[in-house]
Amino acid sequence: MTSARNRELVALVPVALLLTAGFAAVFAQEEARVGNTSLIYGAYFLAICLATHIYLRIRLPNADPYLFPLVALLTAFGLVMIYRIDDALARDQANWFVLGLILFALTIQFLRDYEVLERYRYTIAAVGLLLLLAPRLPGIGQQVNGAYLGVDVGPIAFQPAEFSKIAIVIFLASYLRENREVLIVGARRILGVTLPPLKHFGPMLVVWGASMFMLVFIRDLGSSLMFFAAFLALLYVATGRFSFVVIGMAMFSAGAWFITNTVPHVNDRVEIWLDPYIDAPGTGYQILQSIFAQADGGLFGKGFGQALLQIPDDGGTLLPAAQTDLIYSLIVNEVGLFGACGLVAIYLLIAARGFKIALLASDGFSKLLATGLTAVFSIQAFVIIGGVTRVIPLTGVTLPFVSYGGSSIVANFVLLALLLLISDRARREAAEPGGRDTAFGRL
Amino acid sequence: MNKQIVKLFAFIVVLFGVLVGFTAYWSVFDAKALKEKTENARPLIRQQQIERGRILTADGVVIAKSVPRGPKGERTYVRTYPEGALYGHPIGYSFVKYGDVEFEQFHNDTLVGEESEFASILDEITGATQEGNDIVTNIDSEAQAIALAELEAAGFGAVVAIEPKSGRVRVMASNAPYDPMELPERIDEWNQDEIETPLLDRAAQGRYPPGSTFKVVTAAAALEEGKITPETAIAAPSPLIVETQPLSNDFDTSYPPVTLDYALTNSINTWFAQVGEDVGSDAMFEQMRRFGFGSKPPIDLPEEQVLPSGVYDAEADRLLSPGDPIDVGRVAIGQERLAVTPLQMAMVAAAIANKGKLMKPQIWSRVVDPDGRTVESLDPSEYSEATSAETAADLTTAMEGVVNEGTGTNAAISGVAVAGKTGTAETPGNKACGGGEDENQAWFIGFAPADDPQIAIAASVECTPEFGGDVAAPIFRDVAESLLEDE
Repeated sequence: MTSARNRELVALVPVALLLTAGFAAVFAQEEARVGNTSLIYGAYFLAICLATHIYLRIRLPNADPYLFPLVALLTAFGLVMIYRIDDALARDQANWFVLGLILFALTIQFLRDYEVLERYRYTIAAVGLLLLLAPRLPGIGQQVNGAYLGVDVGPIAFQPAEFSKIAIVIFLASYLRENREVLIVGARRILGVTLPPLKHFGPMLVVWGASMFMLVFIRDLGSSLMFFAAFLALLYVATGRFSFVVIGMAMFSAGAWFITNTVPHVNDRVEIWLDPYIDAPGTGYQILQSIFAQADGGLFGKGFGQALLQIPDDGGTLLPAAQTDLIYSLIVNEVGLFGACGLVAIYLLIAARGFKIALLASDGFSKLLATGLTAVFSIQAFVIIGGVTRVIPLTGVTLPFVSYGGSSIVANFVLLALLLLISDRARREAAEPGGRDTAFGRL
Repeated sequence: MNKQIVKLFAFIVVLFGVLVGFTAYWSVFDAKALKEKTENARPLIRQQQIERGRILTADGVVIAKSVPRGPKGERTYVRTYPEGALYGHPIGYSFVKYGDVEFEQFHNDTLVGEESEFASILDEITGATQEGNDIVTNIDSEAQAIALAELEAAGFGAVVAIEPKSGRVRVMASNAPYDPMELPERIDEWNQDEIETPLLDRAAQGRYPPGSTFKVVTAAAALEEGKITPETAIAAPSPLIVETQPLSNDFDTSYPPVTLDYALTNSINTWFAQVGEDVGSDAMFEQMRRFGFGSKPPIDLPEEQVLPSGVYDAEADRLLSPGDPIDVGRVAIGQERLAVTPLQMAMVAAAIANKGKLMKPQIWSRVVDPDGRTVESLDPSEYSEATSAETAADLTTAMEGVVNEGTGTNAAISGVAVAGKTGTAETPGNKACGGGEDENQAWFIGFAPADDPQIAIAASVECTPEFGGDVAAPIFRDVAESLLEDE
């Protein structure tokens, strides 16, 4: 199936063009730094993408051809936006991009038989939970804006939630693969509601408890929401019981309501979400500026490099956390509603490819793993975009592949590697002569 | 499981649809409301980044311009007013922190070069930056300076000079003035100053009793209604009982039957009171309406910064309209509760000067784009048919008498026929004057040359012990002389 790789190669060309054009536009704005550097950046990026492409050609010739170009497109877009904020940050981001690709390659290299993950599922779950707890550990934990999101070990600082989401999805996929039958068959209807069997209800409670725990101790509303939503998505796909989802949502809502009323930090976030104007210069500043930036952008945006980030007179911040939480607002500001639609469409395409891999996969673990990884990725995008557009309370989750941040980039490349591994096997099996039929034709 | 996966994807599609919907709401549908939020600093900062166009006098003096600050890329512009206090009114100011007022506010879109979003996109592509247009006004720098200087010597007040044929505003001065450049340091002090009220544009927002200048309006009503002709002779005893109260002439002089010319020249109160009662309330209101009373003058200043003139009920804070009970005999001589702006009285003079046709008063003359092309020019338009040409001619003759041999001789210009009318309203206890007993509102309205009017002027001085003919007429003369020299 080298034709898949050929399609991937062709799809990379517009990515490089976009990156070059983006850098050029930023340069044109800031004449002081004008030069042919934009072309050089574009060329480097293309070279790295090419190297990755050749690697995929050798290791995963059958893997989905569009995922990597789509991700490269997001990364390119993010790099341009970050470069426009601060070129030093863009250099960091480019380094993380390379580091991410190295981990991407290593994952593909050593996890070719990814079923091995099933064997270590409890270890993986434990590591995932430990990672989540790490920010609260004295000495290495860091508190940012009232939430405990970061870990600082010597020279390395990272956000463990980004990695722990993969670990937890692996565990859930494996656990549900094994127990889905029992969950379905053992279900009882009580008072017209289908409940899972009590024995297997335990793990659900554990996941619910973990989510609540994250809310209370990590105070991370966004990650908590993301994890629990991914869990419900997997539970639904594994059992086909929508009632489980309803029960789960009710449990989460009840817990979240209780915690909102008891934990001041979470309560503030919710109140500000409902009415940001109650504290416009303080806690409401970020979400208000996010919305004002979008209003400034309009239909077509102000153009690359044209958004206002600082207050000219006193140098105060006009768009806080522009390179991380609010990067979507900056994108709307600069490329408008049209550009934002394009960005959302890229996420949607990635989700479509991810779910297609799940459809194509033959065994339950692969199916659930692909579904879980795709779901957690999509929901992460939804949580942060929804936060900055006031669909849900604003939380500190990164926009995958676009936001500035090493943990996010590296973790998401590992996620991508897993998806491509599943894809390669599924498509190879589907294409084998005498292999099983696929209802989806050639993908 | 495949069915569930497809459903899950459908759910994700819906979620992302919601994101697009919300983004569209903030960035497009609700954008206008968001830009008007006081918490939103972006529109102001954006405005600062635009080089706002200049404002110039008719003779090319720069009244307002924007000067760049900061390095290229982060460049912002600050408004400066090189002429200081001279044009504080009516030009106003435009500062990011304090907003826009007066002329700067009214013409904001032109001055910033406001464009549609599509035009902005085109600019984006062609690399053009939004630039403002210059506006050339009708104001004459020399006459404006004379008007303000003489007002400052005479007392608080205002001078408005209008070109009768076109409605072009040649002078609009208000004392006390303010220098927009000092606004940031002194705005609080100025806002609290109830005596000088420097931020009040007395020309368009100051309302004063018009005194005898209003007799011109009464005469116009009587002529238009056919109640009198220039030959009608009416006796004017003093005192005369008007609405149960006695009304006297100056020095309690009683006059035998006299005509309009004589009555106006000598400003005979009881003559006009009788004529006013004969005209009646409805016809008086109608004549006032035709001169522009009762509505805001159609000048190019923000609506909330222009006041209408008329019979003003201070308690109810409203202007009376036909049907409301008024003492029409005293309205006829400019008393009662009449409250008029200098701009309105200049419009009265201008209408008579222009054969009864009242033109829209306009400060702006033309718009010049950044490339120096005139993109728009004032097209003078008629606002109202105030009187017939015949009435205007009769009034002109009578008003010439005022300047030649009556109360307004101080307005005479050698070699030029001047038509005018003085006014002196007693305003004892006027709080704005400090509550003194010997305070007048002194007026002069008129135009010149009487046979071919080039300029119509209203000059008003408050808080003065002197008469209109002594303090306001000389201001009229000097300003008119300066403007006629230019012709």
